[in-house]
Amino acid sequence: MKRGITLKINGREETITVEDADTLLEVLRDRFKLWSVRESCGVGACGTCTVLLDGRPVSSCFLLAVRVTGRHITTLEGLSDGHSLHCIQEAFVNQRALQCAYCTPGFVLSVKALLDEIPNPSDEEIREYLSGNLCRCAGYADILRAARLAQQQLSIARK
Amino acid sequence: MANLAVVGQSVYRKDANSKVTGRALHVGNIEMPGMLHVAVLRSPYPHARITRIEKSKAQALNGVAAVLTGADVAKMPGVDPYYGPAFRDQPILAVDKVCYVGDPVVAVAAKDQRTAEDALQLVEVDYEPLPAVFDVLEAVKAESPLVHEKHRPAKAFADLAHVKAGQQSNICYHFKLRTGDVDKAFAEADRIFEDTFSSPPAQHMPMEPHVTLVYLDEQERINVWTASQSPSYVRTELSNTFSIPMHHIRVRVPYIGGGYGAKLYAKLEPLVTALALITKRPVRYALNREEEFLTITKHKVITKIKTAIKNGSITARKCEVFWDTGAYAEIGPRIGHKSGYTSAGPYRIPNVWIDSYCVYTNHVPAGAFRGFGVPQVVWAYDSQTDMIARAIGGDPVEFRLKPALNEGEPFATGTVVRSFGVKEAIRQAAEAIDWSKPRAVQAGTKLRGKGIAAGVKAVLTPSISGAIVIMNADGTANVLSSTVEMGQGSETTMGQIVAEELGIAFDRVHIVQPDTDVTPYDTITAGSRSTYHMGNAVRMAAVKIKAELLEVVAAKLEVDPDDLVAGDGRIFVRGMAHRGMTISEIFLAKFGSLGTTLAAEAVCQPTAGHMDPETGQSEKCTEYWFPSATAAEVEVDTETGQVKVVQLFSVGDTGTAINPRHCEQQLLGAAIMHLGLTLFEEMIFSEGQLVNGSLLDYQVASIKDMPESCRPVVVEVPHETGPFGAKGAGETGALTVAPAIANAIHDATGVRIRALPITPEKVLRALAEKKGEVLPKDKFE
Repeated sequence: MKRGITLKINGREETITVEDADTLLEVLRDRFKLWSVRESCGVGACGTCTVLLDGRPVSSCFLLAVRVTGRHITTLEGLSDGHSLHCIQEAFVNQRALQCAYCTPGFVLSVKALLDEIPNPSDEEIREYLSGNLCRCAGYADILRAARLAQQQLSIARK
Repeated sequence: MANLAVVGQSVYRKDANSKVTGRALHVGNIEMPGMLHVAVLRSPYPHARITRIEKSKAQALNGVAAVLTGADVAKMPGVDPYYGPAFRDQPILAVDKVCYVGDPVVAVAAKDQRTAEDALQLVEVDYEPLPAVFDVLEAVKAESPLVHEKHRPAKAFADLAHVKAGQQSNICYHFKLRTGDVDKAFAEADRIFEDTFSSPPAQHMPMEPHVTLVYLDEQERINVWTASQSPSYVRTELSNTFSIPMHHIRVRVPYIGGGYGAKLYAKLEPLVTALALITKRPVRYALNREEEFLTITKHKVITKIKTAIKNGSITARKCEVFWDTGAYAEIGPRIGHKSGYTSAGPYRIPNVWIDSYCVYTNHVPAGAFRGFGVPQVVWAYDSQTDMIARAIGGDPVEFRLKPALNEGEPFATGTVVRSFGVKEAIRQAAEAIDWSKPRAVQAGTKLRGKGIAAGVKAVLTPSISGAIVIMNADGTANVLSSTVEMGQGSETTMGQIVAEELGIAFDRVHIVQPDTDVTPYDTITAGSRSTYHMGNAVRMAAVKIKAELLEVVAAKLEVDPDDLVAGDGRIFVRGMAHRGMTISEIFLAKFGSLGTTLAAEAVCQPTAGHMDPETGQSEKCTEYWFPSATAAEVEVDTETGQVKVVQLFSVGDTGTAINPRHCEQQLLGAAIMHLGLTLFEEMIFSEGQLVNGSLLDYQVASIKDMPESCRPVVVEVPHETGPFGAKGAGETGALTVAPAIANAIHDATGVRIRALPITPEKVLRALAEKKGEVLPKDKFE
């Protein structure tokens, strides 16, 4: 069945008609061409398609669009202003925490959610929080350091 | 190396910004007007004859543009319905029969994905099941059901020219190596060790599944955008399959989301091309993860290894290696050959006998997987080497160092090794893990142990890389290369090499992505070959351009070209930086116009010596070697069987590191990927049916599996003909992880695991067995 929904995507309110079966991933990619949102496992198990739903990380491949009407959705495109990198992105570049980088948008958004929720996480907490995102290049050591650097930069900025 | 400006520096990746913003181009982001989407009906049987296909209802569904069967493909003009890099054995869609559960039978192209999937529900297929074979050791027997009646060599690659047509056997390739007198050595041995090791089929799991888009342009040329590691080969394969001249096919590869060998040779391209030719519309096929599981796997391998010991030394080794290549040979013969000849190890063993068999079964086809088969043979030989060392009371490190080959000694193939840092790798691994430090006394239910393993891979030889460098009048350069950037950092490496040679800044070099209309032939982006082969090609092309620049300056300044050097975007007299010209000045002097270009092409094409088909002996079997060593410390929970890797050190001889940080990333990334393959990854089949074909049931290493302490160690033994001494690094860290962990488990507990993955069940079972207890059997064992 088709129905109308309203989504707040990267700060902009959008009203669209979707099929009940449309996933959030399909809507973000096919309708809004937000190419940073990528499908990989299709069952919510790898974190590649992570977006932020009211600031919390979710797998957009495993979430029906009709379920999130009225909610705020942030994709990687909405993280920075488009002219300069967000400090988490800078940390990923600085620590070389990307190789094939297909997983990178999901990781960057998960780190954002992590640091919003736990401003000063332990290594243990970083590992736990990021364990739902898979990187097959296995650059986990670099990603852990990037999360740590981003946390330091953000805490300096807060002071 | 003296006075290098950018080679040897860990410069940042060229693609960092586009990737960290998610803007990097992937095939999945390319859309064309009127583009169709694809769904494929796959075989539910491991081996069956197709007796009827009824597709009229599907064809009538609104939005469906084409419903294609193997019979339809066979009717296309000039088509060869079978493709494959070693044998042309894989049908674009099943013709007459299916050979594995998941074999593509019917393809639908429709206006959107959901319509295509709906149409599949309307297709009816009748099958008549045939006897199937799943066990590789059964498949080699004469009475076994045949997967294919005949084997037709593809003749696509020079290194596979010796692959022969065969029939009436599931063995499609048999490599033999014979040196010394193995029988005599076994007869005279003090002790003989005989073991069987197995390594399961596994998934590459690139985060980006396979995806291909094909359209016909205004000249009716075939245009392909594909996530492939081998654009040049894809063009050749499409040209041969559809009888279309090469200049009418254009293959482009943007950034790809990981490959690890999965995206080599042709995968979706023949099918999507057939659909585009038939519908005359753009067609994109993006595999979902479940289909990815049914497309390509890592080879399951059974290795029988027998070793003779005399006076504490290895005097003979006999290896029988069985590669389960699945329903289609894919690149199995190349793996059976190149990995087969290394299966006795990087050691001085006077008598060696190797039989390496590539065998068809009714499983998902197996192909290249990071390490090209070498991790599976190292799993056998360096587990057993450790067992021998411990059994005869030797130190496992010393026991390896003694026979480890020195520079200039012959490998089992007779080829003299050069740039062979295996001893250094073993020493560095031992040092990293404090090998010589006495072990703490073990007590309780959590036992710790250390393990080490060594191995070597030889680069695919012969192979070819061509490149063109175009220098622009403003002193920037474009590099045309078919090497695919799949995460390894090749754009950065090639940029560093060209910048160094031309004496310009790294950010003044642009790497053009693979496009067969403009980038020259390259065999494959795989096998740790790009830094050496493409690196040499781009360097030689840059050298040619530099020579032209020097000539202009020499004439202008009336100096000898030999006295000129390039640096800081200028050509100047050595030691007299003020006496020179900028590149813009040189171009203006040469051409008299603005915006001009200079181009040069170069090809790197190392050759191999003849290899005797009966003995595997060759004066030169490979251009260079990648020695590897891994050291691991584990903690084994004897109550649960859980193994935790607490320390992991990945050591590899990469030759001179063009970008040291990137070499480190390759070593450690490969090691952590293989930690997962060692401890839990396995595709489980029941009667040919995959049981765990989803990421819900098949786990790969996550950040939580990363050991608390892990570090890569780059050993740089320069190669005399490598670009600036470089070799390669993509697979080295993968080679020796599994036996290092198994050896550490043995060190901790005294139990030996011979079948990967090392699951808690297997460890518990082995611990129970050691105590004389027997645990009940598992359903899938």
